[in-house]
Amino acid sequence: MTTILAPKNSESQPQTGVVPEAAPEAVVVRFAGDSGDGMQLTGGQFTLSTALAGNDLATFPDFPAEIRAPQGTLFGVSAFQINFGSTEITTAGDAPDVLVAMNPAALKTNVTALKPGGLIIADAGEFSKRNLEKAKYEVNPLEDGSLAKWQLLAFDISALTLESVKPFGLGNKEALRCKNMWTLGLALWMFDRDRAPLIEWLKDKFKKNPVLADANIAALNAGHAYGETAEIGGHVLEKVQVAAAPSPAGLYRTVNGAEAISYGLVAGAQLAGLKIFFGGYPITPASAILHNLVKMKEFGVTTFQAEDEIAAICSAIGASWAGQLGVTSSSGPGIALKGEAMGLAVITELPLVIVNSQRGGPSTGLPTKTEQSDLYQAVYGRNGDAPVPVVAARSPADAFECAVEACRIAVQYMTPVILLTDGYIANAAEPWLVPDPATFTPFPVTFLEELNGEAPNGQKTVLPYKRDERGVRPWIKPGTPGLMHRIGGIEKAPETGDLDYSPDTHQKQTIARLEKVNGIAGSIPAQEVSLGETSGKLAVIGWGSTFGPIHQAVRRARARGLAVSHIHVRHIWPMPANLGELLKSFDHVLVPEMNTGQFKTVLRDQYLVDAKPLNKVSGQPFTIAEIETAIGTFFDNISGNEGGELPADTTQLPSIEAVNP
Amino acid sequence: MNDMTPIAKLTIKDWESDQEVRWCPGCGDYAILKAVQRTMVDLGSDPAKTVFVSGIGCSSRFPYYMASYGFHTIHGRAPAFATGIKLANPELDVWLVTGDGDGLSIGGNHTMHVLRRNLDCQIMLFNNEIYGLTKGQYSPTSRLGTNSPTSPIGSVDRPALPCAFALGAGARFVARGFDVSKELPNVLKAAHAHRGAAFIEIFQNCIVYNKDVFEDFAAPKGAEARQLWLKQGEPMLFNKGTQGIALDVEHLTLKVVDVADGDWQAAGVIVHDVTNRSVAHMLVELPFGPFPMALGVIYDDPQPSFEGAVAQQDVKQREGKVANLAKLLAKGQTWTVAPEDQGPLSNV
Repeated sequence: MTTILAPKNSESQPQTGVVPEAAPEAVVVRFAGDSGDGMQLTGGQFTLSTALAGNDLATFPDFPAEIRAPQGTLFGVSAFQINFGSTEITTAGDAPDVLVAMNPAALKTNVTALKPGGLIIADAGEFSKRNLEKAKYEVNPLEDGSLAKWQLLAFDISALTLESVKPFGLGNKEALRCKNMWTLGLALWMFDRDRAPLIEWLKDKFKKNPVLADANIAALNAGHAYGETAEIGGHVLEKVQVAAAPSPAGLYRTVNGAEAISYGLVAGAQLAGLKIFFGGYPITPASAILHNLVKMKEFGVTTFQAEDEIAAICSAIGASWAGQLGVTSSSGPGIALKGEAMGLAVITELPLVIVNSQRGGPSTGLPTKTEQSDLYQAVYGRNGDAPVPVVAARSPADAFECAVEACRIAVQYMTPVILLTDGYIANAAEPWLVPDPATFTPFPVTFLEELNGEAPNGQKTVLPYKRDERGVRPWIKPGTPGLMHRIGGIEKAPETGDLDYSPDTHQKQTIARLEKVNGIAGSIPAQEVSLGETSGKLAVIGWGSTFGPIHQAVRRARARGLAVSHIHVRHIWPMPANLGELLKSFDHVLVPEMNTGQFKTVLRDQYLVDAKPLNKVSGQPFTIAEIETAIGTFFDNISGNEGGELPADTTQLPSIEAVNP
Repeated sequence: MNDMTPIAKLTIKDWESDQEVRWCPGCGDYAILKAVQRTMVDLGSDPAKTVFVSGIGCSSRFPYYMASYGFHTIHGRAPAFATGIKLANPELDVWLVTGDGDGLSIGGNHTMHVLRRNLDCQIMLFNNEIYGLTKGQYSPTSRLGTNSPTSPIGSVDRPALPCAFALGAGARFVARGFDVSKELPNVLKAAHAHRGAAFIEIFQNCIVYNKDVFEDFAAPKGAEARQLWLKQGEPMLFNKGTQGIALDVEHLTLKVVDVADGDWQAAGVIVHDVTNRSVAHMLVELPFGPFPMALGVIYDDPQPSFEGAVAQQDVKQREGKVANLAKLLAKGQTWTVAPEDQGPLSNV
């Protein structure tokens, strides 16, 4: 049954592949298969095993926009990349060392990304004439020598899986579904991972159907045993030991961005002493937050699936007015629809958290791919002068803290707050040092319950728009006896909140709202440098999920002796008070962004610095190499070559062929 | 806390806010405002627990004039705000104020869903068949051929029937009244008594842009022949009992019949049953002219309210669970890194 295709010319195998002399610092593995092959699940479980083995890691899940794309097609390929190692890992890695290809389409769309000398593990059983045609291969690539620059390991995983689950009497289709577990078993063997947690997980997942649990466990064990016993060309398949990464002591788990945001919102509401109301409407990739929160009702969470994006935010504003912490979330197109309601929250001065899981735009754009192109929308995207604080998460784990911070600003300043995340952060997973809630500083909310002003006639009265020293108005819940008042979207007189269109009032109130939001800068930490000195030749400044590649690129450049520092900004609006001065202490400023230069524009506008953009808008994250190269342009004594637009990268996820065959 | 001190009997004055009312003199909204204030007094409502939520338009200025809590929101979206308010605090008595443009054009979607979900609230749709605040453009309820700045030689789009829309959306309470009618407070009280979404279409005279458009049935003179006031359990009689509504069995529709000597049973006049959904559909569709205008409570058949169902489910989901944040954060498979250790100690 087993087809072993030894490399055609094994003598000329490059020595730099997956079988290094010493243990490597980091390894990048990419699992690719049909969207029905369970690659995301395989990747997720491999991630967990890797985390349990003590490696630091970062992942990049990439899946098609179609739910069930036609089987075997190039655009139906789903991939999951993981970078793990014994040092700090902050990106999903540039080029993979290992590619697991479950069918011809997966091979075709991903093989160009593989490092020369890297290892291909392919399911030869899926390389049928029909599947080859669907992947637009004229000749079987496993047989024509076209893969010679890599190490190839091809055998009939399908047949081996069927064999291993035979005793359980599953139908052919069900039996083949265990293929991913077989493959995972082999991968676990390769990287010397413990199978026990996975077996526990399978038992739990299939506790209602123990036969399926047993079959999957059998497939997992068979894949593992295959690695141990099979002699495959003698030297190709070897165990790779990746040492555990040193990490701070404590309790760890893996977390993805959508989970971290959900936890952060719940934690934020608890710290404020409030119940949380979440109004949402299904949209990729933001829906996961609603899916999570609906399961956390015991934390005082009410979820509402609204009829549209507008109703989602409006219901959240209504709930905020009624005394809960209103939250809504969406992606760019939905955020656009929420714009008018955000303006209402600005002028009525009600707390609200708006989460934007950014994706490629404009319009429907790239629903399942990542981009950072909603920064203008967040900072400027409303009618009128409508300042809204903006916080951006850099990673899944960071998203937790950012969500707490968004809640804090919203309730302490009676303002809507936008939390920017993106498709990459939402879906990617990383190890997370589980925070101890007891160490958080609470920010309890006080509602106004007594008359707070005096009318001209000397009578006590309610002044819903009377500001405190920070310019913040009181929060008054309807239902409070004696404090009845009306609020709305029309300009209002200071203090009383009565309708007032007069020129002087609008001038005063516009400035008051602006100054209130600007004042938030006083409540956030001073900007620090993530890596390097506080002055020098070049500052590479970023925000959001570009943190990883920027950080690694700066680390490498500094290792080469370049005077470069990394600044990562969490508070996009208002920015930390010292940021302008910090930037001015560098000769040059480079802003890598997954958009056409939006943060660059804000920095230039706010600080009059000559920030140079480095832009990538292919729906793919930056590679470390791309940013490292861009850093080099500031040190090569050639003027005018700094920054610019990066072309799409054919080797990266999502691969160009996979999405546009 | 506040129920320690019983609320003294309030008067209409107590329900008037300190804001100057800014509708055009003679606008039907004044009469509706008075009727609502009267209703509040009659109901013995607590202004602190009463909330008026509106969208945008002439009618949506309404909350500013009520001495309760009020939220003047954005165009068409009042039902969505109301949903959030009621879910957050089910004890609040929530009243929506909307218009034909606000509730059926820009906000039609939300009107549909708040009715379908059956949120416990009263939805007063002021229908004046015109856009007033934007200076007189034809609206989704304007009759065919309406001349307006945007339809100078007459509108060509067919109007929506608000009550038919409401029933179609699944409303469990549908009623009609008009601005100057003395019956309006009774209709509003019935709406308030209904647990769930109560939809009330209130014909309202726009004195500037659509003057007297409802005069054909609302004018006091001859009203008895043109108004069919529906009362639960009573025969559908009008025109001083000389005419009534009967079922045209052959065509499965309603018909007008003459009633001789008060013997409505002999004439086949039907008795109004507010829980009869089929008849409700026929009543809201009755063409005015051949038929009188059906007014009052047309349909009233409660079903569990949305916020009640949500609260019930939340209780069920919370049952037996403790809100332990530390435990939540440490959910799933975890591992521990010990101090001075370079790797995991144990799986938990």
